[in-house]
Amino acid sequence: MSDEYNQQNTPLEAQSSETMSGSSGTPSKDIDYVRPAEIPEQDLYHGHSFITKWVFCQDAKIIGVQYFLTAVFTGVVGLILSWLMRLQLGYPELVPFITAEHYYQFVTMHGMIMVVYFLTALFLGGFGNYLIPLMVGARDMVFPYVNMISFWMFFIAVCVLMASFFVPGGPTGAGWTLYPPQAILPGTPGANMGIILMLISLSLFVIGFTMGGLNYIITILQARTRGMTLMRMPLTIWGIFTATALAMLAFPALLVSCIMMTLDKLLETSFFMPSILQAGEVLSYEGGSPVLFQHLFWFFGHPEVYIVALPAFGIVSDLISVHARKNIFGYRMMVWAIVGIGGLSFFVWAHHMYVSGMNPWFGFFFATTTLIIAVPTALKVYNWIITLFKANIRMNTVMLFCLGFIVTFVNGGITGIFLGNVAVDIPLSDTYFVIAHFHMVMGIAPLMVIMGAVYHWFPLVTGRMLSEKLGKWHFWFTFLGAYSIYFPMHYLGFIGVPRRYFEMYDSPYVTSAVGMNEFITLAALIVGFSQLIFIYNIVTSLKIGKPAGKNPWKANSLEWLTPDVPPTHGNWGEKLPVIYRWPYDFNVPGAKEDYITQTTPPSEVINAEVEKT
Amino acid sequence: MSDVKIEGFELKPGFKGMAEDTGSDQTMFKGVQWGKVMMWIFLLSDTFVFSCFLISYMKGRASTVVDWPNTSEVFSLHVGSVPVPLLLIAIMTFVLITSSGTMALAVKYGYEKNRKMCGWLILATAIGGLTFVGMQVFEWSKLIHEGVRPWENPFGAKQFGSYFFMITGFHGFHVSIGVIFLFIYAYKTFAGHFDKEKRGWFTTMKGGYVEIEILGLYWHFVDLVWVFIFAFFYLW
Repeated sequence: MSDEYNQQNTPLEAQSSETMSGSSGTPSKDIDYVRPAEIPEQDLYHGHSFITKWVFCQDAKIIGVQYFLTAVFTGVVGLILSWLMRLQLGYPELVPFITAEHYYQFVTMHGMIMVVYFLTALFLGGFGNYLIPLMVGARDMVFPYVNMISFWMFFIAVCVLMASFFVPGGPTGAGWTLYPPQAILPGTPGANMGIILMLISLSLFVIGFTMGGLNYIITILQARTRGMTLMRMPLTIWGIFTATALAMLAFPALLVSCIMMTLDKLLETSFFMPSILQAGEVLSYEGGSPVLFQHLFWFFGHPEVYIVALPAFGIVSDLISVHARKNIFGYRMMVWAIVGIGGLSFFVWAHHMYVSGMNPWFGFFFATTTLIIAVPTALKVYNWIITLFKANIRMNTVMLFCLGFIVTFVNGGITGIFLGNVAVDIPLSDTYFVIAHFHMVMGIAPLMVIMGAVYHWFPLVTGRMLSEKLGKWHFWFTFLGAYSIYFPMHYLGFIGVPRRYFEMYDSPYVTSAVGMNEFITLAALIVGFSQLIFIYNIVTSLKIGKPAGKNPWKANSLEWLTPDVPPTHGNWGEKLPVIYRWPYDFNVPGAKEDYITQTTPPSEVINAEVEKT
Repeated sequence: MSDVKIEGFELKPGFKGMAEDTGSDQTMFKGVQWGKVMMWIFLLSDTFVFSCFLISYMKGRASTVVDWPNTSEVFSLHVGSVPVPLLLIAIMTFVLITSSGTMALAVKYGYEKNRKMCGWLILATAIGGLTFVGMQVFEWSKLIHEGVRPWENPFGAKQFGSYFFMITGFHGFHVSIGVIFLFIYAYKTFAGHFDKEKRGWFTTMKGGYVEIEILGLYWHFVDLVWVFIFAFFYLW
């Protein structure tokens, strides 16, 4: 930078926040001034016994790890189910115990586990609990006790779900959307105990999540530390916050549909059940509407996609910024894009129902809103790419996963535009194209972020680094493998292979799809097994990993700036931190180092050309 | 509690003030306790639950194949031998709305630290709620006696019974939870827990009269939901 540049450099006026400038009589001469604390210190319950410290723990960090491990356990179950499905599709009748009934049960449980019990719980329960108090500078969540109950409700929900594998008839096989009338009628696997346990488990999940969600929202809104304005929060927090807000408004629809279907099953009410003739016998149902269930389900189901995606967007923004040593391009735009996507996600649900026989004008409306969502989403992708442009990129495992995320997300996003149009969707509906689309966009893409985030924050949680060498092997196996699974599925969809079919029998697809299906199955097995590298890496690094020390990535955000690493209960020792800037001051011209932490006061970086935040 | 004083921050009225609060550090809702924000956001979520129920009900009622029963007949009470439509429901609504009034007064006396008055008013609210639930039990048993069930309805569309028992049941469940907490809070008020800032069980958070306001928010919400249920079930 030239000397002239430095001369333009006016002293900073960054007091605690922009809003302060209007206030009367504040000592604004002092550039390090931050408004005094307005919330009293939080009293924490410190556990003393093993049970209160590690089991019924009220520390959000431990609860986060508990959520994480439970969710990963369900994720492994989901992974194994997907293997079994792939075995059947690639090599029909190779495994004798996979009958058509079992296949449908695997499909259903795989879908429900991965979407709700794995991804939602992992992002919001796991990362949310661990990161929110640390990143906004709070001592803990605002209601630690409720937070603890939230985890145990989730745990019970998982137990009920897993119990459905062991009841007579097995788990439900209605498909993860649980559409009535077939979900609760004989002929569908698990139409008795299976579906009932599924509905109970979902209701418990919603109740538990509501408790957690209230904590996340209120911690972010009402328990930030001094100087932490909303527009100085890391994008991770924005993503988690918006996703939680969506969940608070979308899960009610799921709860209501679960209650109504439970009544349809147990009391033979006819909320969703029309008149049905079964094996020549008229059932007692009459006059209900199956499409009503679809509306309720997708009013939950579509925001659910963004409940998974928005935290991923937020986290990946932070990872890219830190590992590209550059501020995130268009921070405010990123925030508004997250909020905009969240808002719009409530007006697109019926694009899942183009073939349900609803009024065509409805489809017109929902196609329009669906395509509008592509605007803020594309904006985010451009911003990630511009952030990487001419950046000082560290090509480590975390960055590789971020790049993998961008590629898979763009791929899945573009196929989303195909499917958002009614005329294109109708022929592609219920084919493997749809499978390819949503696994790319809300399966692989968020998983890339989760894995990147684990490599990034593992040193914070455990104090040790993960092995880079194993990490890169893990990345390439996962990325290339996942691509080999889902990319060919687009082709399968185009030639018309229907999803959810147990076997193709002698259909004309068989000849061209058989080889492809075998290839996909092999890829799925390899990707699944390559996760053992990840698990091995985590387990060994706990013991022999390189000690991380403080702030190993030279990041700016608060979670790395705790007095103890890994952070202890209460997070901040004696005094809460004071924030002077956003977390993206990387490579600031005129600064001594390539990063300026959020707690560095303006008087220490007087010559640096920092953003005014 | 509108007159909050926060050091170094001037609370401004109107939209501008809201924008400034949003842009400031630490808290978005200045001087509002965590528990109170929690209740508001929980109620927002609960609003969606009831909205889903009521919208499903409207859809169900609009698309039944059999006629919906005539509500002014089904819900009428016989006084002597004259059927009076909406009699019971008018009394129920009156009781519930009155209990909202006593709840509001309890909040006022609570903030004035008038422990006795506050406690009695909470107790009055609880009894109002209990009366409401009792009358609902009466109404349910009357309908059940006449043959209405969740799965069948002698007066017309099946869905009448299903939606009626489900939605009023869900609302009644809310009222019952409220009544239980009202009794607990009446006890806590009389025992002086809020004056002494006694800490909660397992949580170490200090108690205070704001908790009564939080409970009040819930209670008013339950009343408001009843107004909608009343309108949609009994007046439509």
